[in-house]
Amino acid sequence: MSLAITSAISLNPSKRVLPGFALSLGISLLFISLILLLPITGLIVQTAGMSWNEYWSVISDPRVVASYRVTLWAAAWASAFNGVVGLLLAWVLVRYEFPGKRIVDALMDLPFALPTAVAGITLSALFAENGWYGAILAEAGIKVAFTPLGIIVAMSFTSLPFVVRTVQPVLEDLAVEDEEAAISMGGSDLTVFRRVIFPSLWPALLTGVALSFTRSLGEFGAVIFIAGNMPYISEITSLMIFVRLQEFDYAAASAIASVVLMASLVLLFLINIWQAFYLRRIHGR
Amino acid sequence: MSIRVEGVSKRFGKFQALEPLSLEIPDGQLVGLLGPSGSGKTTLLRIIAGLETADTGRILFHGEDVTRVHVRDRRVGFVFQHYALFRHMTVAANIAFGLEVMPKHQRPSAPEIKKRVQDLLEMVQLGHLASRYPAQLSGGQKQRVALARALAMQPQVLLLDEPFGALDAKVRKDLRRWLRNLHDELHFTSVFVTHDQEEALELSDQVVVMSAGRIEQVDTPQTLYAQPDSRFVLGFLGHINVLQGDITKGRLSQGNAWISVTDQTDAKEVECYFRPHEVKLQTQPASHAHLPLKVSAVSLIGAEVRVELEADGWSSPEPWEVGISHSEYNAWQPMRGDRCFAVPEIGHLFSADKSEPELIQWQAKPPVSIKSSVVSLVHTA
Repeated sequence: MSLAITSAISLNPSKRVLPGFALSLGISLLFISLILLLPITGLIVQTAGMSWNEYWSVISDPRVVASYRVTLWAAAWASAFNGVVGLLLAWVLVRYEFPGKRIVDALMDLPFALPTAVAGITLSALFAENGWYGAILAEAGIKVAFTPLGIIVAMSFTSLPFVVRTVQPVLEDLAVEDEEAAISMGGSDLTVFRRVIFPSLWPALLTGVALSFTRSLGEFGAVIFIAGNMPYISEITSLMIFVRLQEFDYAAASAIASVVLMASLVLLFLINIWQAFYLRRIHGR
Repeated sequence: MSIRVEGVSKRFGKFQALEPLSLEIPDGQLVGLLGPSGSGKTTLLRIIAGLETADTGRILFHGEDVTRVHVRDRRVGFVFQHYALFRHMTVAANIAFGLEVMPKHQRPSAPEIKKRVQDLLEMVQLGHLASRYPAQLSGGQKQRVALARALAMQPQVLLLDEPFGALDAKVRKDLRRWLRNLHDELHFTSVFVTHDQEEALELSDQVVVMSAGRIEQVDTPQTLYAQPDSRFVLGFLGHINVLQGDITKGRLSQGNAWISVTDQTDAKEVECYFRPHEVKLQTQPASHAHLPLKVSAVSLIGAEVRVELEADGWSSPEPWEVGISHSEYNAWQPMRGDRCFAVPEIGHLFSADKSEPELIQWQAKPPVSIKSSVVSLVHTA
């Protein structure tokens, strides 16, 4: 009996109690490789045919550089807008009970579910000078469709759920007692929000905003219909990639795509590192 | 600061959390609200704090009506069961919070806040942990930080909601003693909520026993224990042994069990309650009581040996529990299944028509103790 046990131990010294580790990890890694790493590698291979000079001249073409500026600015504004509005929506959805709350909650995901082209066409129709919103805004002298402002509108529409859906669960987990403690110590509503609630939400909000930003950097379908696509003014980087593809210049398209990819990756990594640092303090690890 | 609760009631939907009730808490006392969960004790505490509004009634601090005063202006210190420390702030920042959020004209200067925080940290014996984050502290330390934080604004009233509920037994005991000392030193009025009768009796000047949204009894721990007003209070302050039956001809009997009751007219559905330490166990019945029991379990831990028994030839809603001394245990060595008789010294008699109990004391006749009867058993063997 005891012999059998010892032999079993020596045969399989690191047997885990929870089953399926090797299989599930293996499938996950395979999947990550096929879906994520391989295409990215393909992108790099495509550009590998170019010399540094060629690469540089493609990505620093004045029209492309202008598109970076437009894309970055628009994405920054869109994600900042989403940060504020998304926090508000999440707050309302978590904190208050009202009729139709479930429907509003479900509608939150609409931008994800809607094909981006549909969103783009709808938005441009709404914001065109003869559209419902556009007509009103035109009276105020604001032109949205076919201007950089339209790009911001499209970007914030498609990426709003990122903020709402990352903030919502954190807000739900927030202990009411913390707030009550702060209020009982004499904190005003604003102070309590600023010093007690917001610091807890901050990491999630930042993640949401960063996701919204990176998603906006790559948004294509929704934006091109409303942007007007005027060179140097309202052309986004994704459109530049599309144009290069239409010219069958795969290398140039990949080169520009690699810039977008780098920007997104760097941003996401930075956010993750910062967040790990911040959360370590809160969780005491 | 004295606290007066006048006709306060509270309803959550269909659930009546508090029946209209009134309570007077004198200045400088440490009062325990004791009751099972759902008895309304936490609701009452939160209404006193202003974290909950009462449906009816008034709350007065020092004779002044504060019913409509917002919690942030009531100047009460509130301590939560799960500490409610701000996780993203250091211990020192947590304690300083209440001082820092004061309006500018009241707020102490930055160096003064720093000094106050340091003093408070010394008071709770955590001076060396000022720059730690809550997640790096143990439960007992966290609760002491929470106390220091609540005391930072020098409140006149300190309210504690199950302050030791989430701590393990030993830490709880230490912290209890420490809170008592702190209270004696600083003389604020404190109210704390607990479901632990031992904690309430040990810590409080007055205990308020609550059940189902009502106050059952308000008394000092001594009076409460010696003269419980109701079945509920008696039953809540520790295990209780019951004999249910009818009284005929001066005997309360059920099945083959009976006790003699003096000056008692015949009555139906009477209950007599016996505390575990007010009952002796013998091998022979006494002249005033015949309560046959069978040993079902013996627990040796603690100052007393706790013997659990079941009714033998009659019925009891719950098993009986009797405490015997270790020397008695050693002489008797009871085993599961052993038969014996309970001989009560004091009984609390509840009749159906009266809410207050009648205390019965049987004169202590020299009983045939277990020890001598065991000896005699040995002899016959």
